[in-house]
Amino acid sequence: MARSVKKGPFVQEALATKVQILNSKNEKRVVKTWSRASTILPEFVGHTFAVHNGNKFVPVYVTENMVGHKLGEFAPTRLFRGHSGKIVADKKAKPE
Amino acid sequence: MARIAGVDLPREKRVETALTYIFGIGRPTSSRLLNETGVNPDTRVRDLSDNEVARLRQIIERSVKVEGALRTEVAMNIKRLMDIGSYRGIRHRRGLPVRGQRTHTNARTKKGPRRAIAGKKKVTKK
Repeated sequence: MARSVKKGPFVQEALATKVQILNSKNEKRVVKTWSRASTILPEFVGHTFAVHNGNKFVPVYVTENMVGHKLGEFAPTRLFRGHSGKIVADKKAKPE
Repeated sequence: MARIAGVDLPREKRVETALTYIFGIGRPTSSRLLNETGVNPDTRVRDLSDNEVARLRQIIERSVKVEGALRTEVAMNIKRLMDIGSYRGIRHRRGLPVRGQRTHTNARTKKGPRRAIAGKKKVTKK
């Protein structure tokens, strides 16, 4: 179910204030965050966030198109390297 | 001939059903349009008067997005997701289910026919 409009978009407050401060100072700095559930607000555009993926921080440069999505959508938590098998084994034996 | 939005409507069906042959019009939209134009949904397509066909054509052109325009919109939405590198976009790119379904088994609609895995033993029945 979609979130109630009354509440407005969810953003971790610390994150929102941090970006506000950066905006008022006209500064651009990488903002480290664990808050994958935070919605990307229009104010976030142009900033780079280091979003935690459970292992390390993934740099996410926010563009206009991303507004309304969550930060976590851009920092994948799973790494799929492919299944084992002949093709994979061959590749491992003689990497190009 | 009843040709609306570039689609030939089946002549022997009720208009309410026939309109759903247009991409972008389902049952609810179809009955709403018929209600708004005042066309009886029970009439067969071949029995529609030219005036009724014209009215339907007009209202569909004005108020609903159908066929090519709708297909483009859908494709553009998916392309946007892929371009911004979001999780959903990545799933589209890899041809896997987008909405969190399991892929251990099933998901055959999206993944297509099974590909044989080299070296896997087949389980044979006695």
